[in-house]
Amino acid sequence: MATVHLDTPADTQATQVVSGRAGRKAERDARKKLTSRGATLAAAIIAVIWTIPTFGLFVTSFRPGADSNTTGWWTVFVDPNFTLSNYFDALTAGGTALTLGESFINSLAIAIPATLIPIAIAALAAYAFAWIPFKGRSPLFVAVFALQIVPIQMALVPLLSLFSRGLTIAGVGIFPGFTLRDVEHSFATVWIAHAIFAMPLAIFLLHNFISEIPGELIEAARVDGAGHGQIFFRMIIPLAMPAIASFAIFQFLWVWNDLLVATIFAPSSSLPLTQTLNSLSGTWGDRWYLQSAGTFISIIVPLIVFFALQRFFVRGLLAGATKG
Amino acid sequence: MPTPGIRPPSSPRCEGTGQKGRTMATVSEQPITAPRPAQLSRKVTGIIILVAAILVVALFVFLLVGGPADDAVPTTLGFSLNSFFVWIGALNPLIQIPIVVVLFAAVVGVILLLIEYAPRPGRAYFWMRLAACFLIPVLAFMVLRPYQNSVVYVVGIALLAGAILFFADYRAREGAGYVFQLIVFMAPAAILLLIGLIYPAISTFVKSFFDKTGTQFVWFDNYVWTFTNPYGFWSVINTLIWALLAPTIATAIGLVYAAFVDRARGEKFLKLWVFMPVAISFVGAGIIWKFVYDYRQGQQIGLLNAIITWFGGEPVGWLDAQPLINTFCLLAVFIWSQTGFAMVILSAAIKAVPADQHEAAQLDGASAMQRFFNVTIPGIRSSLIVVLTTITIAALKVYDIVAVMTGGRSNSSVLGFEMVNQQQRFQSYGHSSALAVVLFLFVLPLIIYNVVQMRKQKEIR
Repeated sequence: MATVHLDTPADTQATQVVSGRAGRKAERDARKKLTSRGATLAAAIIAVIWTIPTFGLFVTSFRPGADSNTTGWWTVFVDPNFTLSNYFDALTAGGTALTLGESFINSLAIAIPATLIPIAIAALAAYAFAWIPFKGRSPLFVAVFALQIVPIQMALVPLLSLFSRGLTIAGVGIFPGFTLRDVEHSFATVWIAHAIFAMPLAIFLLHNFISEIPGELIEAARVDGAGHGQIFFRMIIPLAMPAIASFAIFQFLWVWNDLLVATIFAPSSSLPLTQTLNSLSGTWGDRWYLQSAGTFISIIVPLIVFFALQRFFVRGLLAGATKG
Repeated sequence: MPTPGIRPPSSPRCEGTGQKGRTMATVSEQPITAPRPAQLSRKVTGIIILVAAILVVALFVFLLVGGPADDAVPTTLGFSLNSFFVWIGALNPLIQIPIVVVLFAAVVGVILLLIEYAPRPGRAYFWMRLAACFLIPVLAFMVLRPYQNSVVYVVGIALLAGAILFFADYRAREGAGYVFQLIVFMAPAAILLLIGLIYPAISTFVKSFFDKTGTQFVWFDNYVWTFTNPYGFWSVINTLIWALLAPTIATAIGLVYAAFVDRARGEKFLKLWVFMPVAISFVGAGIIWKFVYDYRQGQQIGLLNAIITWFGGEPVGWLDAQPLINTFCLLAVFIWSQTGFAMVILSAAIKAVPADQHEAAQLDGASAMQRFFNVTIPGIRSSLIVVLTTITIAALKVYDIVAVMTGGRSNSSVLGFEMVNQQQRFQSYGHSSALAVVLFLFVLPLIIYNVVQMRKQKEIR
């Protein structure tokens, strides 16, 4: 997004120096004076309202099916009755081609390569945009950024036919497509699709960061005889790690939570969690004890990432605002 | 890694030669300052490259003129991208992960080695560049298994392209190897963008003027259909509602919450709960809220209908309630998940507003409300715009929420969903493409605005 930038290495250092312990204490004192009961109460009320829907489904996922289908989840407070069996049932119960457990593994197999591949490719391009001058560099960069204009929906059908039927121009076949129909677990097309759709934003964000790296560092390396390959691998990658990590988390969650790309590109035996959950929630209909457990199986990974890597996650999100 | 004593001939920006190169380009039109031979050789280089490019186009035309061959078989070198995908697809998904990652890392390693060594001066490096220029394009095309009838042309095009690359690089103003490394850096991303975004976007645009199967040109019929057929009409209306209401409401709530939380105790903890839905997928959010909206005869287990019946009302089938009520119910889910995003960005912005401005306003006797509207809001204007445009773009493209919660029934569809629906359920590529183009037109002004903002910022820097 136009006005949001990842922290540059220089920035982080500067803030670390400025906000020493004394500064932080003064800040805390000032904050204390400003806190008000009314604001705390209002904020708490909103926070509760925001959490209730998730909490309700969470409670339901531990209630026996007979209970959750006849009484509201709020009745557990007067009549507590919990079980873990919903989770085992949901993991092994499959409606269509896959059980949730199998598609959980598929989700991993999709998300990890689909995070690493675009980042590496985008980092290469971002470095070239930042540190190798050439004619028309800045218009080209703007063009790449502007490619976010293409909604994913617009690219789906032609890309799919390119994958499955290959390239045929004016009736003349040039390349055949991939023959992956009989393959057991094929993720190739999903990886490629995710890599493509991540590209404009990844290049833009990593470029913002890489171009802020002080030029003297790169100059010094060149004087010592390093080529662009070494500079990229031994200097840029380590220095840009904070930005890369933030984007990686963002991209991982995006791929993990994605439904659309998987729906179009994944063969039926390679469907990820979101897609299986979606089709199961149709066939499970009123069996809320299974739907709720399935939902929490699918959001456990994002929630872990969210609670464990919150700082990086926020940064990635601030930066990754216009994805898709 | 060895560090050679000689400096590579390529001149990066820090040495300033790139800058020099650029001034030369502008100067070369004035024959007084530019040395004549250099100018001449530039011209010769240009002409040779042009001729080669024309040859590439000619080969391509020959390939097409050759006409379709029905019994053509793909040719391979014994291995191809397809055979790799087939091989890896047969493995356990968990084993596939390390294999793909390692192989991809190896490819990136080769790219980096090429970038490191190829631009250096010297006979051996010259041959290295030459080999890379000719081998890589040919190999790249061959792993795609061109059909037998086109293989000669395809290889010819690959060789010519390699020759152009090598020659352009050899005669480059900045020294041999400069253009080579640039192209190796850029090529993977450029190829992905070309086949995955640029070609599909153009193809979709063209298809939107053809009928269902894509054979007959139908002018604007698909667009007329989009705005008159109930599916298309409601998805346009609903998309507009989404794009107008979702960003304003989510931003407003996020802003209010950020303002509250700024003066609340336990700020981090409170923020966490509103922010959590951002990490939850739309599929998860959809199911969470479907449970809230649950409707049945007798005892209600959905929270919303339970509250209504407690107050003595009649339960409502929210997701089938028309007109537009179900759209608002879906919209609530989206707002629920986006508010946290707005809140986090705006909260950071509010903290960045200088405290002395607040103090000054307070001394002038401004109330808390007045300070909020006259000091805070102007101070966070740019962040507000970022949040608004971002959520608008997300709202325009929404697919998952509709797919999970209603599947587009009862006129709750939106463009992003209906487009996939037309293609998957009705195999109607024309309609689907027209819907995608309409969606594109809605997104267009927002991205243009972003680009303008980006350019402005660059100028300031």
